[in-house]
Amino acid sequence: MAFTPDIAAIRFGEGLAPEIAAPASVEGVLDQLRGADLAAKEFPITPLSDLYGTFAKVSTLQKAARRGRKGPDAQELSKAYKQARRELNLHLEGALAPLLSRSITTEQPFRERLTRFWADHFTVVGKNNLTRNAVPSYIEETIRPHITGRFSDLLKAVMTSPMMLDYLDQNSSVGPNSRGAKGRRGLNENLARELLELHTLGVGGAYAQGDVRQLAELLTGMTTEISRGFVFRPKIVEPGAETVLGQSYGGGPPAVEDVMAFLDDVALHPDTVRHISRKLAVHFTSDRPDEGMIADMADAYAATGGELMAVYEAMLHHPFAWSSFGQKVKQPVDFIVSAMRVLEVPPTSLRQFNRSKRRAYVTGPMTAMGQQWFRPAGPDGWPEEAEAWVTPQGLAARIQWAMAAPSAIFRSLPDPRSFVVAALGDVADEKVTFAARAAETRREGVGLILASPAFQRR
Amino acid sequence: MADALTRRRFLLRATALGCSAAASPLMTPMTFAQAPGENRLVVIILRGAMDGLDAVRPIGDPLLRQYRPGLGMSLESAATELDGFFALHPALAELMPLWKQGDLAVAHAVSTPYRDKRSHFDGQDLLEAGTGADVDGAQARDGWLNRMLQVLPGAGSETAFAIGRSEMKLMSGRAPVSSWSPDGRLDMSPQARLLLEEIYHDDPLFHDTSMDALAIAESLGLASDDSFGMSSRDMRAAVKAANAAGDASVLASFAARRLNEEARIAAFSLGGWDTHRAQTRGITRALGNLKDAILTLQSELGPRWEKTAVVAVTEFGRTARENGTRGTDHGTGGAMILGGGAIRGGRVYGDWPGLEEAALYARRDLMPTSDVRSYIAWLMHGLYGLDKTTLGTVVFPGLHLADDPGLLA
Repeated sequence: MAFTPDIAAIRFGEGLAPEIAAPASVEGVLDQLRGADLAAKEFPITPLSDLYGTFAKVSTLQKAARRGRKGPDAQELSKAYKQARRELNLHLEGALAPLLSRSITTEQPFRERLTRFWADHFTVVGKNNLTRNAVPSYIEETIRPHITGRFSDLLKAVMTSPMMLDYLDQNSSVGPNSRGAKGRRGLNENLARELLELHTLGVGGAYAQGDVRQLAELLTGMTTEISRGFVFRPKIVEPGAETVLGQSYGGGPPAVEDVMAFLDDVALHPDTVRHISRKLAVHFTSDRPDEGMIADMADAYAATGGELMAVYEAMLHHPFAWSSFGQKVKQPVDFIVSAMRVLEVPPTSLRQFNRSKRRAYVTGPMTAMGQQWFRPAGPDGWPEEAEAWVTPQGLAARIQWAMAAPSAIFRSLPDPRSFVVAALGDVADEKVTFAARAAETRREGVGLILASPAFQRR
Repeated sequence: MADALTRRRFLLRATALGCSAAASPLMTPMTFAQAPGENRLVVIILRGAMDGLDAVRPIGDPLLRQYRPGLGMSLESAATELDGFFALHPALAELMPLWKQGDLAVAHAVSTPYRDKRSHFDGQDLLEAGTGADVDGAQARDGWLNRMLQVLPGAGSETAFAIGRSEMKLMSGRAPVSSWSPDGRLDMSPQARLLLEEIYHDDPLFHDTSMDALAIAESLGLASDDSFGMSSRDMRAAVKAANAAGDASVLASFAARRLNEEARIAAFSLGGWDTHRAQTRGITRALGNLKDAILTLQSELGPRWEKTAVVAVTEFGRTARENGTRGTDHGTGGAMILGGGAIRGGRVYGDWPGLEEAALYARRDLMPTSDVRSYIAWLMHGLYGLDKTTLGTVVFPGLHLADDPGLLA
């Protein structure tokens, strides 16, 4: 297989759409990243920092309710808190509509795919009642603006995001010999370990437990405050210099620049270069990617100091990016958005989905397919291998959705004989085309096309 | 020729989970293999590294309270005291009747051969591969529970069930197994089925997996040939089932129902063990789930509980000392919980290494003194009559079985 516009739209986009032209060339795919981010503008999602005020308000109301729970105003206070929390959650859950609408209508679908890739690489889960639905806001503020920039800038944005600092417990880690520890509080290794293992070097990278410990000390002071976001607290910084991966950092007065210097260095570490290149290759091309392609990507990374555009270019210009077509299976979210894209689910319908419809048509089925919306089990995010998704129970859930959701969302469905062309373009095979003709109802015809390997794979 | 083809397909499918050799349910009636005896084994993987020192506390060692002043170790433990030295975490108090009747045991200071890098994901891969540390867990082709099935006489595709939505690598491999989530359904008209089979025909992964899905859904009565399938109202009802499907008691209940039928082996996962911060809250919840799972199995297995062994294992333990945030970080040695009427319970197995700093692994973690695989191998020996050589070469390659701890009643 070589480049075709349809393959480009399926592999590096959100799939085909009846009214949207597939990219005409490899450069056409890359051009999607070069202009302004159109979908983000058209379907806005609140960036996290715009929520700090609301977070502070809800949290104040919660405290008041807790303090006054035995007083005369207990009921009123509790009601005020619950009302504010409900409003916040309804607002945040509403991000589902713009998220899906972007994927369904965008002419820059590679942006959506890369945003999801990096959001998964830097997985966070909202752990408290304020942030439990705030992950799209984290992605909007911290991930999305950096997907075409330098890896080090993305890394620094994530490591100063309240969501990451809270998720991996950095918020509460304190230098044991700092003034702020008062002999009681101390280190938490969680973020330091995952930063090396997942975010940069990779588990096979050249680090040991001593590096984890030293990095945990170096990271002290990186905290957040509910109403302000990132706050560097010199008082809890572990005194003295730390040696991480053979390099010494800090030693002077506590300074966030010491942490930034480390992040700059680790972003260019050969193990990081390799790990990031391989991970992109695995996500976009194959569970067993071509070593030559990874080497090209790593070279581009090293030559440009981690400019991600150069890495994407190297990937897309390598023949393996196209010859390996079909080796990846779409994750549930990719399956659902690509189905909605070719079915042309209108953004207005999505906006009108209430909570029960969102759950019935999107998040519930995704959970059954093995992907609970923004709640992966651990900081390693979602699995890549086809075998992790195509299990009897996971595949059954995909088939159920394919057969049921389109007719639940639309009163009338397209003719399967034309839908097979719209959905699969030049990757349609004889068997799917036959099934589209032979199905007894439109509903099953559309369902079979969406459940087919030709649609499930990319 | 046909043989060669079958063999090739067999190998191609070897890495996929749930690749049963069951023929198409449309062509042949589902056949049930003769079950390998009456004994049952349930494996629960505790993902995220359970703190063995909190779940089963060595309260007889004063260092425990010194190391963990903020983790509630000095709370009254009379109600959950086991043997004068160890006590269960209070969240497991409801398991005390099992302990007293000899249906609950602990193996302490255990680990897999995984050392030093303390990654959950590598740790779990090695735990499920069941190999030595010299084999990269992620590269391992199959899991130990599947390799046991490969040598278990009379095992068929319904003998073993992987339950839930998360991947269960310990069951993946060449032997046919079933894999399903309690909320799963598959509704299609006969015509749609035929067409689907046709569409999947040339894609081994989709073909084999869909055949398994159909066979399992049918045999469990979770398939209908309703050509209208689910309405939007049905889709809403399905959400409820999907939301509950991850609960410990729902997983355990599904397991018990399978084990009351043809299945003899079941495995599922419970999460929530990665207690870096505010451990008291987190582990109480996670242990509560484990307790629910065990008690659900006991009540729903009925008389079959007597022939059942439940093993709860985790990828590694956690630091002996609490960290700076009232939690614990990734460690090495931990605990394994054993339950069931088949278990010779009421005792804590293993050599206790002590908590003095010099006795800790890397002066930080509980020192593992035995290999979880060795205990599991002895269980398999007792439950299924597998010999030591097979266990040490096929099921757990390279494992040197320690002396028989006598785990079975």
